[in-house]
Amino acid sequence: MPLTTADLAAIWLTLKLATLTTGVLLLVGTPLAWWLARTGSRWKGAVGAVVALPLVLPPTVLGFYLLVALGPAGPLGKLTQAAGLGTLPFTFAGLVVASCLYSLPFVVQPLQNAFAAIPERLLEAAATLRAAPLDAFFHVAVPLARPGFLTAAVLGFAHTVGEFGVVLMIGGNIPEKTRVVSVQIYDHVEALEYAQAHWLAGGMLLFSFVVLFALYTLNPATRRQT
Amino acid sequence: MPFRRLLVTLAAALALAGGAVAGEAQVAVAANFAAPAKRIAEAFARATGHQATLVTGSTGKFHAQIVNGAPFDVLLSADDETPAKLEQAGHAQAGTRFTYAVGRLVLWSANPGVVDGEGAVLKRGDFRHLAIANPKLAPYGQAAIETLAALGLTDSLRPRFVLGENIAQTHQFAASGNAELGFVALAQVAKNGRIADGSGWIVPAHLHRPIRQDAVLLARGRDNAAAKAFLGWLQGDDAKATIRSFGYDLP
Repeated sequence: MPLTTADLAAIWLTLKLATLTTGVLLLVGTPLAWWLARTGSRWKGAVGAVVALPLVLPPTVLGFYLLVALGPAGPLGKLTQAAGLGTLPFTFAGLVVASCLYSLPFVVQPLQNAFAAIPERLLEAAATLRAAPLDAFFHVAVPLARPGFLTAAVLGFAHTVGEFGVVLMIGGNIPEKTRVVSVQIYDHVEALEYAQAHWLAGGMLLFSFVVLFALYTLNPATRRQT
Repeated sequence: MPFRRLLVTLAAALALAGGAVAGEAQVAVAANFAAPAKRIAEAFARATGHQATLVTGSTGKFHAQIVNGAPFDVLLSADDETPAKLEQAGHAQAGTRFTYAVGRLVLWSANPGVVDGEGAVLKRGDFRHLAIANPKLAPYGQAAIETLAALGLTDSLRPRFVLGENIAQTHQFAASGNAELGFVALAQVAKNGRIADGSGWIVPAHLHRPIRQDAVLLARGRDNAAAKAFLGWLQGDDAKATIRSFGYDLP
């Protein structure tokens, strides 16, 4: 086995982080995407722009601001300290928070598109049949948006696995707590351990391809587009 | 034929630039030495007319780039191993290596009054995080580990380590207050050889092996007069005074 125990620990940690992040993002992102898809509010543009920011910002910018904001002197850091949670940088919880922000658009945007594509008259029909809004959401909207959920979950997961700059800043590279695969690969390369770097990097490449290939072949939404 | 005219103009410009006495050298500089290197390159340009274009980054990354054909003429490394390795593999000119600076390690806190003059705060242990540069990658991190080993504290403090990718990130962890303490480079927190803000303990040199930073002429710079002149300038009195003023020792 060319992978060391440290490599395996990093892989396990990465999977844990990506699973948790995807879960949190589906919970938070669904109502947000629904609101963005349906609202006529004048805040829609601003909120949509904030959601999309991680797409265009370099991860180091995001990581740097998170480090400062979550630090003991930062506004969010003061909040977490007041809540008795201490400060989040260098903890696994801190990584989850950072990853959620980083992968937010990858979950929200597919969901928003899926919700926007649902014809208004179907929801109106549900309402005339006396379905409560929540009822209509779960029994009409969610099933219709299933391809969107699949895309959101896969992209959110894969993007978190591929994250590097943010976790490096927020994580502090602690074995089994914040040292994820991408950081481990970086360490191997920096330490000139190119063989070990290849094993992990090749694995990452293969994983990413297989996941995206599966998404683009199996998902009816993307299949129709192409 | 505007395109051909453009080519001719370009060729003429190139010939003019190349024929002039002033040459240009691409210098890869370890991130911790970026500030003094900039000052030195400015003085070098004023004195010789040559241009030294500085590219800062991590030494490990430079190694990977140089091996894969990066257009650098000179490397100012953060360690003494990388230049030796490059020389062995034929990517650097034999016999051109020398130590241009010796780094000094500081135990530092962004808050005044935290670190005492003897580093006893390490033994008291009333802190959550100790930032050090990744010892696998950064000479300053290795020196920090050696210092902790000399003090007999490595095992008791290991759970509190947070590792910076390099000494710059380690400083950021400490400067933002996320780590109460950090082993950083004196050059990062010093003005004229003294710690400028926060509180710090300059680690006595006998507690770790010297942090030698070596320079080397790379294979690509073999025939580059500007590159050779820059390496010469780096060993001159003017450059040495600059290096010392930034908190480095000299060999």
